[in-house]
Amino acid sequence: MMRAGLTFLLMTFAGVALGQDNCLDCHRELEDPAALAMSEDVHAQASVSCADCHGGDRTIETEGDYQLAMDPNKGFIGVPDPGDIPQLCGRCHSDASYMHRFDPNLSVDQVAQYWTSVHGQRLREGATDVAQCASCHHAHGIVSAKDPRSPVYPTRIPETCGACHADPEHMAAYGIPTDQLSEYRAGVHGRALFDRGDLGAPTCNSCHGNHGAAPPGVTSVSLVCGTCHGVQKELFAASPHQEAFDAIDEPECESCHGNHNIEAPTDDFVGVGDEAICMTCHGEGEPAYGVAATVHEEISNLKGAMAAAREVVDRAARAGMEVSEADLGLIDANQTLVESRNLVHAFAVEPLREKVEEGLALATTAREMGVAALAEVDYRRKGLALSVFFILLLAVGLYLKIRQIEERE
Amino acid sequence: MLSSLGERVFHWLDERLDLQPIQRFVREKSVPSHRYSWCYFFGGATLFFFMIQVATGVLLLLYYKPTAEAAFESVRFIMTEVSFGWLIRSLHSWSANLMVLAAFLHMATVFFMRAYRKPRELTWYTGATLLLLAMGFGFSGYLLPWNELAFFATRVGTDMAGKVPLVGRFLLEFLRGGEDVTGATLTRFFGFHVAVLPMMATALILFHLLAIQRQGMSVPLSQKEASTTNAGMPFFPNYFLRELMGWAIALAILAALASLFPWELGEEADAFAPAPAGIKPEWYFVFMFQTLKLLPATVAGVEGELVGLLAFGLAGLAWFFVPVLDIRSSREEPSRWLTLMGVAALLFIAIMTLLGYVMP
Amino acid sequence: MSASWRIGRRSFVDLLLGGGVIGSVVSFLYPVLKFVMPPAVAEAMDQSVVAGKVGELPPNSGKIFKFGRRPGLLISTPSGELRAYDGICTHLNCTVQYRSDFGHIWCACHNGHYDTSGKNISGPPPRPLERYTVSIRGDDIVVSRNS
Repeated sequence: MMRAGLTFLLMTFAGVALGQDNCLDCHRELEDPAALAMSEDVHAQASVSCADCHGGDRTIETEGDYQLAMDPNKGFIGVPDPGDIPQLCGRCHSDASYMHRFDPNLSVDQVAQYWTSVHGQRLREGATDVAQCASCHHAHGIVSAKDPRSPVYPTRIPETCGACHADPEHMAAYGIPTDQLSEYRAGVHGRALFDRGDLGAPTCNSCHGNHGAAPPGVTSVSLVCGTCHGVQKELFAASPHQEAFDAIDEPECESCHGNHNIEAPTDDFVGVGDEAICMTCHGEGEPAYGVAATVHEEISNLKGAMAAAREVVDRAARAGMEVSEADLGLIDANQTLVESRNLVHAFAVEPLREKVEEGLALATTAREMGVAALAEVDYRRKGLALSVFFILLLAVGLYLKIRQIEERE
Repeated sequence: MLSSLGERVFHWLDERLDLQPIQRFVREKSVPSHRYSWCYFFGGATLFFFMIQVATGVLLLLYYKPTAEAAFESVRFIMTEVSFGWLIRSLHSWSANLMVLAAFLHMATVFFMRAYRKPRELTWYTGATLLLLAMGFGFSGYLLPWNELAFFATRVGTDMAGKVPLVGRFLLEFLRGGEDVTGATLTRFFGFHVAVLPMMATALILFHLLAIQRQGMSVPLSQKEASTTNAGMPFFPNYFLRELMGWAIALAILAALASLFPWELGEEADAFAPAPAGIKPEWYFVFMFQTLKLLPATVAGVEGELVGLLAFGLAGLAWFFVPVLDIRSSREEPSRWLTLMGVAALLFIAIMTLLGYVMP
Repeated sequence: MSASWRIGRRSFVDLLLGGGVIGSVVSFLYPVLKFVMPPAVAEAMDQSVVAGKVGELPPNSGKIFKFGRRPGLLISTPSGELRAYDGICTHLNCTVQYRSDFGHIWCACHNGHYDTSGKNISGPPPRPLERYTVSIRGDDIVVSRNS
């Protein structure tokens, strides 16, 4: 009797001291999926109890007394209303000194940002089908955003956003297109993220924000693109297009490159041909037409020179000649080609022409080295052919010797 | 001046080794003189090309590295950095082909002249084995630069070996040093090429040459009358000078080919790249390769390729044992039908080789 | 020796033959002798090269060197440690350089940054630079790569 009482006291004391979560225990036994998911949950690991969000009394342990545990007088709210969730999460997650105990690195402005977002605004207006914290982070089994299992890990963000934004039925009331996810998948950023696992590639939140998610304004798209594509941004800003686009309120990068399905640019994007984007706005006779044509021609010339040099050098290499200097020259030439393509964004002939001239010189030198190597192959052949002559002379000498000997006999 | 030096050296050696019997032999050695005496050159030409192979091969050994990682680069190094490396390499590659050609022509003339008949059967057997060894030299050596063409040609060739019934699997794994063509295959082929095959070839060549010295040159049946009326040509200096002249011309042909068609380095082998189009084995295997390609998928219920391999196997055995099968020549009697069969075989080989290059 | 073998007076044929034989022997021996003497660079340049001399690079600097058919980058970190990397950017194959003002590696084409461990830290490069092994052999800085 004494023993049982002591054990009970110890357990209760331990339970209170260690934050024993009877809600979780009971619901686990009931095989509640939400409870089962909590084994990998960051909140559970920080000893945050079910009751800390759902309210109620977590100390009640007797099985039949669940009404005592799930008592509204003790704060039990059951499944929270979607409209209440941001505040619920924000109770802890917006409290800097509180969060400091658990993860000093974590920011505490998510809820504030959320209210600025389109999702937040709609939620305030009473919409129940917009995203709130639980929509993206889920509620149970939450793991850090740096964990690949999290729905907000970079490679999973497109599908998380797409759960609503790619569903035509869901989005019908809002009149927004639902093709962004499929477009993104087909574009360079989607392919970089999904096919090559490049976590540096932007996902939905990189351009739209995550907590403060909103479609970027016309000017801000290019500012956002410019955070990674800085070289092109700088060139563009100094080019005639900057002022022109600002005047007609055109989004800068997006006008030529798209937003979600950003195609891999080809050299035919610039020029006067069928695929040239320049021709969308500019027509024949304008000065811009000449610039576009010249830029295209310059780059084509460089590519042609490099290809010709490559062909000669490869032939020499296959024949077994030493061509590493030529290879290095072509690597440098390739660099000028990459830089020339950057300079397209200056939308002027001059700086680009200079760079192309640099590249042409390098390609020409490489080609000359290849030609010299092939000439050496030829020279060796001729040398060997000469030796054939001398060997035949020896054969003739032998023949004459034989005749001489046999005539004597 | 030179000859008196030579005489002094000869005398010094003679005092110690008693060279008189050899001297007598050389002085008395004669070569039969008849209408087909020119055929006698092909054996010497084969030996000449073999000696060039040994010499250039040893030189290449000084720089070649027999591992998958280093092989291609070492050959590139030989061709680009080593003085006259390109020359030694081109000579080695071309002389290999010429050696096989000369061996084949030698075999053909021996066949048509029935030189294999009694008492020269052993010379034929060693010679036939040497021809097979020469083809083995070619097959193993071809892989050593570890370039694309060689890699895939080896794969195809060893695949064929794997199709031989019963022993195919063992043969394939023995050749490849594993299931697939890898660096292990290269190391193994290198061992075959520079140690195993040279040892066997040297022993067989020595026997082959000794047997010829012992037995003298064979005379074709049709010329037996003609050759008994003259004493033949003295080997020294008459035939020897002619042989040297022949070798000089052979060397000229070798140099001409090496200069007109210098041997390429190619591109480094990449096991994971798809096989380039038009992979073919070396020319001396093409006739077999083409025949197998042309055979239908099944012949009388048996897999076509198997039938082809069996046919070649049987033909090969018949060819090898022709001294036994050609009973008539052992009786010193001519046999027209054997000549016709030989001509037919040559035509078959020639046509199949041609088709192998002409057909897609 | 038999009479036909003894060379009596010098005939044109003998001269031709003698000259031909000597010429042939020399023209065979000369390439062979040159062949067996090793070239200036004793080994294929593919696996290791001398990238510089000890003391050539002050701390917080770098240089491009030739490594077979590709450029390599040899750097001396701000703390003076020597490191070497493949000099080709993992983004679009431009040649990277060391920027003393950044104290790390940079690519001019699209503003890609790599730290002094070769890891891509900013900009478009998707992968780090391949790292090579640096060893000191006497006065030489030797850079080698394992295939």
